[in-house]
Amino acid sequence: MDMEEFASGKSWVHNLDPRVKIVVTLVFSVVVALNNHIEMTAISLILPAFLLVCARLDFGKVTERLAIVNTFVLFLWLFLPFSAPGETVYSIGPLTIQREGIYQAFLITLKSNSIILMALALLGTSQIFTLVHAMSHLWVPDKLVHLFFFCFRYIHVINDEYHRLSNAMKMRGFKPKTNIRTYRAYSYLVGMLLIRSFNRSKRILQAMRCRGFKGKFYILHHYEMKRYDYAVGSSSLAFTILLMVAK
Amino acid sequence: MHISEGVLSAPVLGAGAVLTFAGLAIGLKRMDYEKLPEVAVLSSVFFVASLIHVPIGPSTAHLILNGLCGVLLGWMAFPAIFVGLALQGVLFEFGGITTLGVNTFNMAFPAVIMGFICRYFIKSPRLAVRVISEFVAGAGAILLSGLLVAVCLVVALGESMDSAAKLVVLAHIPVMIIEGLITVFVVEFILKVQPEML
Repeated sequence: MDMEEFASGKSWVHNLDPRVKIVVTLVFSVVVALNNHIEMTAISLILPAFLLVCARLDFGKVTERLAIVNTFVLFLWLFLPFSAPGETVYSIGPLTIQREGIYQAFLITLKSNSIILMALALLGTSQIFTLVHAMSHLWVPDKLVHLFFFCFRYIHVINDEYHRLSNAMKMRGFKPKTNIRTYRAYSYLVGMLLIRSFNRSKRILQAMRCRGFKGKFYILHHYEMKRYDYAVGSSSLAFTILLMVAK
Repeated sequence: MHISEGVLSAPVLGAGAVLTFAGLAIGLKRMDYEKLPEVAVLSSVFFVASLIHVPIGPSTAHLILNGLCGVLLGWMAFPAIFVGLALQGVLFEFGGITTLGVNTFNMAFPAVIMGFICRYFIKSPRLAVRVISEFVAGAGAILLSGLLVAVCLVVALGESMDSAAKLVVLAHIPVMIIEGLITVFVVEFILKVQPEML
């Protein structure tokens, strides 16, 4: 399973300093999430769209991601236009469509997609370990950074283990259905994963002790901000601040 | 259920962020370096479990297991769930940065509460007491999470979300039952195979 499918490309967006990526995404997301102007939100889409194009990501795959994420927004579309108080635009039988509700739903759709595209363009184009390393330079507590590091490291191992167990179940003719037997089988699968992982974590701890772990990872490679990191970072932040002020 | 970006209002997002920050602080304080690998690896298991889809009638639901997480990790469920959700956000764009606080709280707070309530009874020698408390831990955590999501939607988007909020809670009911059953089986399995884990 390749979970970081956008991270392997080659472009200047991929090569940006991960600290810049995190800070820009964070500031941009907060500004867009907290604004309430449709025009501003529509304009905000320019920055993530530009970055996505520059990163040369597979257009089909990006749309696929967006479609999955937009199911929640779609769910809101089922309710907002019909029940918000306000001016009635159109009525079908007992249902009335309200201008206010449509406006709200539209705003949410734009906001949501703008922020998601930004995260996709900047964070999605970095390896998780790179981002985790960058977090340690951004005042994230050490323990949390280590938690991210170990958690992501072992997701792959445990995912492999899950597939091994699940294949073994399939070979024995297991077919999931809606019954207690199925749930029990899945529970034992999860239970087994938990127990094996618990024991694995004990071995990890022993290995760390053997290597004299004292609550610190020594990092050999350090990031260096290059000229274009400053340029891209400051222009993106300037764009975001303009968005905030312009309203 | 993850609330996506751009839906909630500033007060809800802010409250979620502050509460999650507090939960994280407590959780990280309790987690010393002896405990770190265990929390991290269990957090990976919950991440992988959330990719497992179990059938419910004609549809499927993915496992959440936050009740089980609370039973196993107590306050440390906060950092474990936070890390899982942050990774899901970056890898699959579920949830997101601004909603990370709210989503973590909605999942981790029920986990901690249920963990506290049920942890004592799970050690009982009587099977009936154990089974009931395990079911309550699994189902209760989902119910509480569903209620929290519903409250967030109503507070952020106004009364127009009333029917949507009810639907969110109703949709959690079948998931609740399944999570309750699975929590019973998993905890009983662990008690049989490796009781020192609890």
